[in-house]
Amino acid sequence: MADPADSRDAALLAPIERTGRGFYVTVGILAALILWGAIAYWTQFNEGLGVTGLHQPVSWGFYVTNFVFFIGISHAGTLISAILRLSKAEWRRPITRMAEVITVMVLFIGAGQILVDLGRPDRMLNIIRYGRYQSPLLWDATSISAYLTASIVYLYIPMIPDIAILRDRVGKRKFFYSVLALGWQGTEHQQKVLNRAIAIMAVLVIPIAVSVHSVVSFVFSMTLQPGWHSTIFGPYFVVGAIFSGIAALIVAMIAFRKAYGLQSYLKPIHFRYLGQLLLVMSLLWFYFTFAEYLTGYYGSEPEEMKVFWSKFTGPFWPFFWGMVLTNVAIPLLCLVRLGRRTIGKVLIASLSVSVGMWLERFIIVVPTLSNPRLPFGEGIYFPTWVEWGEMAGSFALFALFYVLFTKLFPVISIWEIREGREVGLKEVEERLLTYLPDVAEPEVVPAKRGR
Amino acid sequence: MALWGMVIDLDRCTGCQACVVACKAENNVPPVGAKEAVRGRIISWMQVLTEEDEEHDGEVKRFVPRPCLQCDDPPCTKVCPVYATYRNPEGIVAQIYARCIGCRFCMAACPYNAKYFNWHRYQKEAPGQNPDVSLRPKGVVEKCTFCHHRLQKARERALAERRELAPGEYVTACAEVCPARAIVFGDLSDPGSEVHRLARSPRAFRLLEALGTKPKVIYLSEGEGRG
Ligand code: SF4
Ligand code: SF4
Repeated sequence: MADPADSRDAALLAPIERTGRGFYVTVGILAALILWGAIAYWTQFNEGLGVTGLHQPVSWGFYVTNFVFFIGISHAGTLISAILRLSKAEWRRPITRMAEVITVMVLFIGAGQILVDLGRPDRMLNIIRYGRYQSPLLWDATSISAYLTASIVYLYIPMIPDIAILRDRVGKRKFFYSVLALGWQGTEHQQKVLNRAIAIMAVLVIPIAVSVHSVVSFVFSMTLQPGWHSTIFGPYFVVGAIFSGIAALIVAMIAFRKAYGLQSYLKPIHFRYLGQLLLVMSLLWFYFTFAEYLTGYYGSEPEEMKVFWSKFTGPFWPFFWGMVLTNVAIPLLCLVRLGRRTIGKVLIASLSVSVGMWLERFIIVVPTLSNPRLPFGEGIYFPTWVEWGEMAGSFALFALFYVLFTKLFPVISIWEIREGREVGLKEVEERLLTYLPDVAEPEVVPAKRGR
Repeated sequence: MALWGMVIDLDRCTGCQACVVACKAENNVPPVGAKEAVRGRIISWMQVLTEEDEEHDGEVKRFVPRPCLQCDDPPCTKVCPVYATYRNPEGIVAQIYARCIGCRFCMAACPYNAKYFNWHRYQKEAPGQNPDVSLRPKGVVEKCTFCHHRLQKARERALAERRELAPGEYVTACAEVCPARAIVFGDLSDPGSEVHRLARSPRAFRLLEALGTKPKVIYLSEGEGRG
């Protein structure tokens, strides 16, 4: 169905065919940040973790926070896109690709944080040579690898028809696109296989995604430490991950909409729907946070309370209340009435949530470590330039990957948009009819175009 | 099989820090320098924790010498991804410096903060160091092992002389040096040993016992001798 001569979606191919000045400026800025990160890491590699602000007892800080944060963001993609695909939400069409790219890119960065955090990165392979499966860190390694693999496949498969369009239309990189297109001709059989594959991957990816963030939370909750040893951590982290994932997705969408002039594809309605989703997740997140802290407070174990008060009124109060402000108050204010100026409001809410969820991760990692049970001496943690550099570099690296991706592949799925125009419309009408009381439902929903 | 343990009598401890110094000298524990110390990087396998008296501000209520407690159900070993720390058959929680990847998961998991990280390469070859204890590179976690090299030495000597290891032939440096004799070391599984007897005393308790880590360092609470 992908007619290469169809020029209605030229806007989607434009960034691949032409490169403007904005691109070089962006890449330049990102490269500078990455260089800062690289210098920071090089310093740390040579001199040891002593160049960071970590110490005893706060032996985990920014790096672990970033790890949890990035892995959380990764839930944007694959999971949201899979849910939208499975629920046949038609408005998903311009969104899924962007979401899936986030997942793949950010998983690399997230997993990289653990390597940055290691005291002996040169011995990294010991994890494979001497792997000890009781350790939640190995569960992490396993489920993140599985998620990464599945996400790459899930990103790639729906891209094949688009790559074929590029092969036939774009002059550059002919060989590259030919190989990746796997001989796609758009025959009915090929389309059927493709749709089947997408459907299978969509189903497969959801449990894997849920497992990933549960396991990340187990790194904390399997220990006996106050504030960590909690049974709701698995679901709590999953909710937080989806929450921050949606926020990141919205930010990326708005950025590319502006940069590549995609206003006619990404309309206010998309942002309204995503904004509503974000609002729901914000409330859900608040519920989990409330439940978690209320049980801690009510139980009132002295050691728990030390951590609790250090967050509420102690040295970590700016982070804790900042988190409440950015994760609940601001999103609520912005999203409850999404009438006019949808995009601006949704953007503010999303940026706020992105900051807030980072704070949430930080407020989970550090206060527990800085309040030891024994009279050991408390520790306050101040990151050094090395940690800031690594963090800036990581974010920049993620952005750079993303920007480069959009230079090679369309950031919105062309064939799915076309399919929406050609088949989707009619199909939705038929489907709507079957929902109504006076229309007989067809025996079994025909699997002819199951997606 | 022996089960090495320690009893620390809080009534006798004067907080003199002799055990801390002896441990550092015995195990080549590096001094980190004043700057690093301020940043919270002191390494001290044996550390005398001080509990403040809440009623009398600024007064110390209790000294608690704290080595690694050599838990029988150690939270630290479970989380290590590479078997760099494990409980050996005689109950000593060992640390393989050459294998540790420095993830510090074990530090985060130990409820007693008994593990220390080499933030820099603190240790250099220097005269006067104990040749029986290896130097730790940067980036690994280190901890008290009940002076395990002393056990190896004593055992080898006994083997060379074709006899059993006699009780008292193996003690840790901190126990040996304690001027107040607050630290008693020995085989908890030997009914004739002093640690066995003391561990049964009504004054005996374990730190954070409720966590179920089953420490093999047992404390004797302050008794009637205190005014
Ligand atoms: S005291 Fe800490 S380091 Fe020692 S065995 Fe127990 S958990 Fe491990
Ligand atoms: S820091 Fe070393 S000993 Fe501790 S858990 Fe990591 S690899 Fe194991």
